[in-house]
Amino acid sequence: MEKFVKLTSTAVPLKVENVDTDQIIPARFLKVTNKIGFGENLFRDWRYNPNNEPVASFVLNDDTYSGQILVVGDNFGCGSSREHAAWALTDYGFKVVVSSYFADIFKGNALNNGLLPLQVSPEFLQKLFNAIDENPNTTFTVDLESQTISIDGSGQQSEFDIDPFKKVCMLNGYDDIDFLISKKDAIETFEKQRQTEINF
Amino acid sequence: MGKTLFDKVWDSHVVESIPNGPDILYIDKHLIHEVTSPQAFAELETRNIPLLRPEQILATADHNVPTVNQHLPIKDLLSRQQLQQLTENCKKHNITLYDLGHKYQGIVHVMAPELGVTQPGMTMVCGDSHTSTHGAFGTIAFGIGTSQVAQVFASQCLILNKPKSLRVNVNGKLAKGVTPKDVILYIISHLGTNSGTGYFCEYAGNVFREMSMEGRMTVCNMSIEMGARGGMIAPDETTFSYIKDREFAPKGEAFEKKIAYWKTLPSDADAVFDQEYHFNAEDIAPMITYGTNPGMGMKINGTVPLNKGESDKKALAYMGFEEGQSLIGQPINYVFIGSCTNSRIEDFRMAASYIKGKQKAPNVNALIVPGSQQVVKQIEQEGLREVFEMAGFEIRQPGCSACLAMNDDKIPSGEYCVSTSNRNFEGRQGQGSKTLLSSPLVAAAIAVEGKIIDITKFLN
Ligand code: SF4
Repeated sequence: MEKFVKLTSTAVPLKVENVDTDQIIPARFLKVTNKIGFGENLFRDWRYNPNNEPVASFVLNDDTYSGQILVVGDNFGCGSSREHAAWALTDYGFKVVVSSYFADIFKGNALNNGLLPLQVSPEFLQKLFNAIDENPNTTFTVDLESQTISIDGSGQQSEFDIDPFKKVCMLNGYDDIDFLISKKDAIETFEKQRQTEINF
Repeated sequence: MGKTLFDKVWDSHVVESIPNGPDILYIDKHLIHEVTSPQAFAELETRNIPLLRPEQILATADHNVPTVNQHLPIKDLLSRQQLQQLTENCKKHNITLYDLGHKYQGIVHVMAPELGVTQPGMTMVCGDSHTSTHGAFGTIAFGIGTSQVAQVFASQCLILNKPKSLRVNVNGKLAKGVTPKDVILYIISHLGTNSGTGYFCEYAGNVFREMSMEGRMTVCNMSIEMGARGGMIAPDETTFSYIKDREFAPKGEAFEKKIAYWKTLPSDADAVFDQEYHFNAEDIAPMITYGTNPGMGMKINGTVPLNKGESDKKALAYMGFEEGQSLIGQPINYVFIGSCTNSRIEDFRMAASYIKGKQKAPNVNALIVPGSQQVVKQIEQEGLREVFEMAGFEIRQPGCSACLAMNDDKIPSGEYCVSTSNRNFEGRQGQGSKTLLSSPLVAAAIAVEGKIIDITKFLN
């Protein structure tokens, strides 16, 4: 997994709530057995019309906006557990998604892929949207160490929460597998104990 | 302070707690399928990590399978390769696989309970969000991402923060024609799609106590649609007699011992939940959804609520509905009865009871997709196949089918489909398709009438 420490970038605004993982990556693109190339089909059915022509009004097709930060409406990533949604976002080039709420499974999937799901208050989310509306070239700085996101040049900043364990993993680029394997003895002891207790 | 059902099961599976951090939770059963497992196998292979407990994994082919001619090679190249990959991976790692053609093959959340794999007090995971279904047995069951599939492969454990507890109580007497699907659609329409985020939900009250296991599975299945990681219902006599004598259920004395243990699991009387909601059964009516998330549901004879934000307006525009509109009389050309929410035998009995002796409307394509090979067998034994076929319904072979439209079972763009599945997201059933969620009873009635009807009038 790639490390994440600090990022300064412009942002892409997607003012839609309840964006589900079927919109992030539709099911028909889940037939492959690797993790490569999902970015091409990120938000496919919003990005392209049924004739595969880009929808000019969709934000990813609008040259005004670019950057490695996606700012989205409330309850992002609900629905299916497909990790392909996180792979599509990272493959496209996003490193941070900012919303006022993330669905549980998506949040975990993002963290396991070095994509930071950054939750802010609805009020601060609105400030981010406003800043982009006023000037699409506004940059934002996300600092994982201090757990802050700032609107550069405006003095506006917000703190965010992250699970301390996941923070360490992201800062160092570790994943859970390494950690779990180091616990093998404890796991085997647990199995034996449970066997005798309830005979599973 | 007493413990909740969830606490009891969770606490008994904690291998270790990381100080000021998450728990290492032991997983008893791991279900896998073709779509979310290949990258996990590949990950372990690249890192040269063996699978720790392949005997605790069970695999089936469901998401990406055709529902016709399952005995023939799959036409679509990518789908065929994805299934081959699953077969190879299972063979290489000694994992039991119920592949196409196997008598136990089926949708993972239909197949495992009916084989007695799902049992109270267990922890179960699967790379699929509707793993919450298995909570109907008093099991902690939840969906995971592919990275977590790899973690369970490697260690039979996951690193998780313990969710908060939520209890939804429904008491009273359900009216005629109000089914478990209506109960859960009603709950979600009131609580919204993210009210459960961060929680594990227990369903309590006489309505759930009196429900069959099939009904409880329908309810727990949709817990994820209100954002909860999972749902649970306390195990009781209904649970025990459902499990008894099933293929993988403990037998004889071992079964009696298990029952004694399972009886200790229900929440203590003085257990406290972080959040609690109460509903009256009498307020619930047959439901249908009008928008593009499962929280956008209403009484079938009601009117589309006045909506607030941009997102709701976008949803209505997509569906072609307006605020304040009644849906009665809306023509419907597609009806899908299937998916892990409603493809068990009881669902088809319910649909058949309405359809018997009637004909589907000429404008309707009506698709019946049983959840498993076992359900197919039961449909035949109980004579339901004739009922459906005489009425012009098409019965297919088991799989996820039009629930997520990964295979050829797609609803054409612009068409409305009344579906017994769990998600009405934009394009979920095929690009541009418009899904309305309902119970199998409502879906059957709409297939017969060719339009949305006020089912309550037909029942009285
Ligand atoms: S039937 Fe639908 S919801 Fe259920 S497991 Fe299959 S795709 Fe998922």
